[in-house]
Amino acid sequence: MKNPSDMKNSSAVIDEGRRGFMRTAAGVATVTLAPGVLLHTLAHAGSPGQGGGVPRAEPVTDAVRYGMLIDTTRCAEGCTACVSACNRENGLDLQEMPTGADPALWDRQESRWIRKVKVQDNLTGHVSNLPLMCQHCEHPPCVDVCPTGASFKRADGIVMVDRHLCIGCRYCMMACPYKARSFIHANVEEKLTLAPRGKGCVESCNLCVHRRDHGQPSTACADACAAEGHHAILFGDLKDPASPLSQALAKLPSRQLRENLALNTGVRYSGV
Amino acid sequence: MANALVTGGRVSLGLAGALLALAVQAGGSPFVTPGSQAAKERSCVEATDFMRRNHMEVIKHQRDATVHGGIRSTKHSLAGCIDCHVARDAQGQVLPVNDEQQFCGACHDFAAVRLNCFDCHATVPAPAPGKAAGSAGQALGGASPGSSLPPGHPQPAAR
Ligand code: SF4
Ligand code: SF4
Repeated sequence: MKNPSDMKNSSAVIDEGRRGFMRTAAGVATVTLAPGVLLHTLAHAGSPGQGGGVPRAEPVTDAVRYGMLIDTTRCAEGCTACVSACNRENGLDLQEMPTGADPALWDRQESRWIRKVKVQDNLTGHVSNLPLMCQHCEHPPCVDVCPTGASFKRADGIVMVDRHLCIGCRYCMMACPYKARSFIHANVEEKLTLAPRGKGCVESCNLCVHRRDHGQPSTACADACAAEGHHAILFGDLKDPASPLSQALAKLPSRQLRENLALNTGVRYSGV
Repeated sequence: MANALVTGGRVSLGLAGALLALAVQAGGSPFVTPGSQAAKERSCVEATDFMRRNHMEVIKHQRDATVHGGIRSTKHSLAGCIDCHVARDAQGQVLPVNDEQQFCGACHDFAAVRLNCFDCHATVPAPAPGKAAGSAGQALGGASPGSSLPPGHPQPAAR
């Protein structure tokens, strides 16, 4: 990956310029550089569409690793609150079936960042319900196979697609053992400011990365599950021993799905 | 070398002149869409002549910092461009910034620049948090019911 700081001359100029500016928490600041030259800065904290919270100013580091614990014993059969919340949060529900499309095809191809899955132990007959999304693998096969560097793991453990680089080859979809990724087949007329998405790229759960970058505590799916009273999804920092997530993981027996693949997933499941 | 520099200078002067002419033609204000926030500002986030030539580099630099580093606080942001440069029609409806007569669209159309920012990025600002549903203050950027939908755009499902 090209490091954003390795920018050529033109951008070095930009960086120089940036140092000259005072940052303000909110509102409009006007800085006089030279007589007759006025620059204004629209600060983004709390401004429309930035999701509330304080926007991140420093690059993410590996001091945190985000992950989730899903308690399948709490996940209710028939409930899809997490799926709907994810669709709403990321604007997936704004995309409608293209006119004249085959409904069966659309059903198979529609973007899904979370799937509600039911697994049964055929010997005992025990049934578990669980939401399945990108597992945010420490060693992600999707990143290994990506020919362009579009699939990448952020320093904080979030695996995502840089849509500026994705060529839509879909190798990553084939490589992912969890069917976590979707390809956008049709033009996207309506999209959210915080979740840009369009035709020709692959996408998947990014642990509500816009919320992470605004210092918010949870994900849309975890919030929705809690609002339904199920509390099956716990989001947090795996590296912080004091986080509710780490404490729950220490208490509850949990496992990785397909642990035989040794991907060290960031999403863990208990009760399966 | 010196010759090349001079030629380069002439070319960019010529381009700036063309842009200026276009902007004057398209609307009353020389540089920006009338009625936009930008029309009230003395200058863009950087000096106007710098932005006119380098806005694409500025945005490209920022996109890497945002996507890979999670940095969302800087003044160089495409969402910021849109917030500031959208205009509204007589009914107060926000006009998508990439429409032919609008800030991004008019110039790119004139200069025959084909770009695909808006295949993925919203073309209207997100409404203020609280206007749209969603616990994170998540807001619609493509279009939103009752507020910023341009005429002719399909209504999104009730949210
Ligand atoms: S679950 Fe799939 S998409 Fe997510 S990091 Fe692992 S391989 Fe990649
Ligand atoms: S579809 Fe995009 S993200 Fe996936 S492997 Fe191809 S280029 Fe990489």
